[in-house]
Amino acid sequence: MLILITYDVSTVDKAGRRRLRHVAKACQKYGQRVQNSVFECIVDATQFTKLKMELVNLIDMEVDSLRFYRLGNNHKSKVEHFGVKESMDLEGPLIF
Amino acid sequence: MKKLLNTLYVTQPDVYLALDGGNVVLLKDEERLGRLPLHNLESIISFGYTGASPALMGYCADHNISIVFLTMNGRFLARVVGESRGNVVLRKKQYRLSDNENSSAKVARNFIMGKVYNQKWMIERMTREHPLRIDVEQFKKISQHLSALMVDIHACEDLERLRGLEGQAAISYNRLFNQMILQQKEDFYFHHRSRRPPMDNVNTMLSFAYTLLANDTAAALETVGLDAYVGFLHRDRPGRASLALDVMEELRGIFADRFVLSLINRRVIGPLDFYKKENGAVLMTDEARKKFLEAWQNRKQEKITHPFLGERMSWGLAPHAQALLLARYLRGDLDQYPPFLWK
Repeated sequence: MLILITYDVSTVDKAGRRRLRHVAKACQKYGQRVQNSVFECIVDATQFTKLKMELVNLIDMEVDSLRFYRLGNNHKSKVEHFGVKESMDLEGPLIF
Repeated sequence: MKKLLNTLYVTQPDVYLALDGGNVVLLKDEERLGRLPLHNLESIISFGYTGASPALMGYCADHNISIVFLTMNGRFLARVVGESRGNVVLRKKQYRLSDNENSSAKVARNFIMGKVYNQKWMIERMTREHPLRIDVEQFKKISQHLSALMVDIHACEDLERLRGLEGQAAISYNRLFNQMILQQKEDFYFHHRSRRPPMDNVNTMLSFAYTLLANDTAAALETVGLDAYVGFLHRDRPGRASLALDVMEELRGIFADRFVLSLINRRVIGPLDFYKKENGAVLMTDEARKKFLEAWQNRKQEKITHPFLGERMSWGLAPHAQALLLARYLRGDLDQYPPFLWK
């Protein structure tokens, strides 16, 4: 299934900027960056649970926020893109 | 059944593959072409003399992602195999069975049975679908011949004889192959099988499809814990994935041959997609190879129902399903190895 992850990490202090880097890194492990703090990840249920745990442990619940949108298996019909930096279709043929 | 994951094909010779936090990064002259999460991938196939970082190879070996290096023309160079894991008991059983000519023949005949059955199915289907464009008389005769051979194969317990029967079936089937080409006949003509190097357009495509299928099959066998290099019909030879070639026999016709035929008949690939070298070898252009891989990847995504398991799965998982069934047979859970009999 496709999961959309968005986050807001407070960067007023040094620890915040550090958290931001770590969150971005963890998201990148599972999916591709489509906008600055938006990631699309194609994962199965187990991977999703792991990913969620990992991210929840990283953020500071007092000041940061994290949102997961489940777009399911038929996500192709649910996503439209306009403008630059079109994302890659990770399930189509990958030929470089 | 497991999910069919994607395959990454790298066809540019100057791309370097590196690992970065669970992603594979494609680098070309310091520039980043792309990054893909490795958990979406089943295998990486690299053409030309691309490099990959040892860290990436290690990660892939650890996570059961196969990395295969091929030459620009699709000839096999190397495969990255990690520390052998899986079941030792299963592998030992495989070796013991392979050492015994008699029991090898019992498994091997099922591979051949599957192959001939599927070829017959292809022939029968042609007579049903295109009776006006082929020599039905000849097709019927050869179909009967294959049926007769199947009876012999079923009773055969000798490897040498089995190879002979397979050869006979192959000759009959190849004789009809040319008639299954319905379009672009002037540019695609199949005389006989030629390889190393393939000497005409059809053979070039067949060789390429077989290489891809062999790699998929070898990877599937390794995933279920079998040794892809120890075969039953194909005997041991250093560097040859004999078991992969064995299991592949059933799928050659219905998967690879049919795929090549459909590319020709649907005019996906045309005469301009090939060029000839001085020694007569025919090669595909880079563009053609990309088209080929794209179509191959799409075909692998198509859904089928496995004839023995009765389960819905992607075509690309057929080698995996057969590898599972073979492992079950070796463990003693099945009393015969069930070949993939398409209908």
